[in-house]
Amino acid sequence: MSILVGRATKVLVQGLGRTGRFHTDKAIAYGTNMVAAVHPSRAGEVEVFEGETDPSGVPGRPDRYRVELPIFRSVAEARSATGADASVVYVPPPFAADAIMEAADAGMPLVIAVTEGIPVADMVRVKRYLVDRPTRLVGPNCPGVITPRECKIGIMPGYIHTPGRIGVVSRSGTLTYEAVYQLTQNGLGQTTAVGIGGDPVNGTDFVDVLAMFNDDPATEGVILIGEIGGTAEEEAASWIAEHMRKPVAAFIAGTTAPPGKRMGHAGAIISGGKGTAAAKIEALSAAGVVIAPTPTDMGAAMLEALERA
Amino acid sequence: MKIHEYQAKALMRARGIAVPEGRVALTVDEAVAAVRPIIEATGNPVVVVKAQIHAGGRGKGRFREHPELGGVAVVTAGIDGGVGAAEEAVREIATKMLGSTLVTVQTGPEGKRVNRLYVEQGIDIADELYLSVLLDRAISRNVVMASTEGGTEIEEVAAATPEKILREPIDPAFGLLDFQARRIAWGLGLDGDAHRSAVRFFTALTEAAVELDTDLVEINPLVVTSTGEVMALDGKMSFEENALYRHPDIVELRDISEEDPAELEAKEHGLSFIKLDGTIGCMVNGAGLAMATMDVIKHVGGEPANFLDVGGGANADQIAAAFKIITKDPNVRGIFVNIFGGIMRCDTIAEGIVAAVEEVGLSVPLVVRLEGTNVELGKRIIDESGLDVVSAADMKDGARKIVELTR
Repeated sequence: MSILVGRATKVLVQGLGRTGRFHTDKAIAYGTNMVAAVHPSRAGEVEVFEGETDPSGVPGRPDRYRVELPIFRSVAEARSATGADASVVYVPPPFAADAIMEAADAGMPLVIAVTEGIPVADMVRVKRYLVDRPTRLVGPNCPGVITPRECKIGIMPGYIHTPGRIGVVSRSGTLTYEAVYQLTQNGLGQTTAVGIGGDPVNGTDFVDVLAMFNDDPATEGVILIGEIGGTAEEEAASWIAEHMRKPVAAFIAGTTAPPGKRMGHAGAIISGGKGTAAAKIEALSAAGVVIAPTPTDMGAAMLEALERA
Repeated sequence: MKIHEYQAKALMRARGIAVPEGRVALTVDEAVAAVRPIIEATGNPVVVVKAQIHAGGRGKGRFREHPELGGVAVVTAGIDGGVGAAEEAVREIATKMLGSTLVTVQTGPEGKRVNRLYVEQGIDIADELYLSVLLDRAISRNVVMASTEGGTEIEEVAAATPEKILREPIDPAFGLLDFQARRIAWGLGLDGDAHRSAVRFFTALTEAAVELDTDLVEINPLVVTSTGEVMALDGKMSFEENALYRHPDIVELRDISEEDPAELEAKEHGLSFIKLDGTIGCMVNGAGLAMATMDVIKHVGGEPANFLDVGGGANADQIAAAFKIITKDPNVRGIFVNIFGGIMRCDTIAEGIVAAVEEVGLSVPLVVRLEGTNVELGKRIIDESGLDVVSAADMKDGARKIVELTR
């Protein structure tokens, strides 16, 4: 079991530029079931992907792959022709909000927005648009979602993952890789790793993902990776205290970050004395979460949390 | 991106938002020349000289060279002495302010050099209020925040008397609705002319915030004049970086003398860099990992000299630029490179590091931690380069080693 994505997920890609093409190729090599691409001016063409199969991906496949990905002019047409039930957005920032809303309009159940740099005002409008629509948006400015050896959607390196018992949810890409790598090294492995993104306005929050992991029978514990800015970690802490039946370990980045400075991510900023790492660590500790003092200790913190439970 | 008060007020004025008469001055003569037209236009003999820097707390701040002088000087000489006396007083103040260093609670002890002044009409104040428009991340919408406690930092109000803060969320599909504007005005205790003036002000300011993609508009104080007009006595605006591409006119307002030169240089190379006060330079891929690297250095007893994210697809040129920026800081006594090569391969990064060190030279210890794709190849490239580089097994190990080496 897993959450959000698995073997049956049929994926459509929006944005076939250099980045979109590169990562679509990696996803196909991993074994992700890519079924369509959307490009308004290239409808009717096919995009050909071929190469060597990624041995860390979906098992039982030939050594090489060749996929002719059909291109459609709209998400709605692509979805009705292929039955795609997840979309990944690599569209450049000025057009990304429109791409997300188009996918939502087509009834896409899951949209994963990798694009970094979407204007906040655009995301405010997207969030408004998604109210009362069945679409779950993950991201933007996130590495994506992966269920090891089943489905990889996004820009994460596949080979560091291994199927296992732990759910990973994170605002940071590279810190997710650190956590995943340690879970692979210490044998715990991952059920699903979800990057919720580093922007101040995003589609899916810690609480949404925690609730999914809570209900996923295969997930035995969760690693949560947060950072300064906003109150998503504090909200996660209250939710954990009240509802979480599984052990949680966490790392919060930005203990040394100065106030008023955006630390790379648009959402990683301490403003008006709010959003400090100390406040987040305190809230999570109070909710019984095991805190990793450094990223190197994330795997060990998860083991400790599992032992305590 | 921040702009100066006078620029924010010009943007407001152009959108029908009430602000006092004022003129910007880059020289003493310009400041003096601003006095007569302002007094003649307003009929008020009082003018105010305001130092323009990208930091708050100017009124209570002090000039290092002139401790008797704050960043906002009210000139009343014109009341008895006429325009000529006001001009002479402004000349004296402007001479002291321009080129001097203003230290406020927000500038840090080093203060900021004042290069621009704003000369503004004096306002007869009946009441001081607070108003801002900013993103509420918890609800993913902008909110209008208002308070009767004008002139006080909003964080202090939030801590001491949170019930005095009024909030109206803005639905992006509708903007601030009229009844919401009226509700804020009632909440601030405004009626009559002041109420009508306030509703116009709130509506126009909210529209400007949306139109300009601001991430913060703060009017503190927002004043009610003795004639019942609601007006922005101060004005702070900053703009959301991701949306600047659609506002070339706003980008023009950037004052690079207010920004850190190293941070600017980094931005030109597509690097995300923030200068800190410590001694250990950091070079990392990924914002979260870069922040966490600073934390680990601190955790093992060191102090980071910077935040530096080279991004997911850095090339050799960017890595060289990053090295140059780090080594330019005289406080740096050692460098810690921490890379988790995901899509980016470790051998590419190793080659970049070797090339950069050969080009830039290295006078301080360097610890490199590489993990991820092609890590063995990457380590071999560094080992075989003959450079004096210490390898680390993991992030914490690397942080310990660099802290040790710089002791």
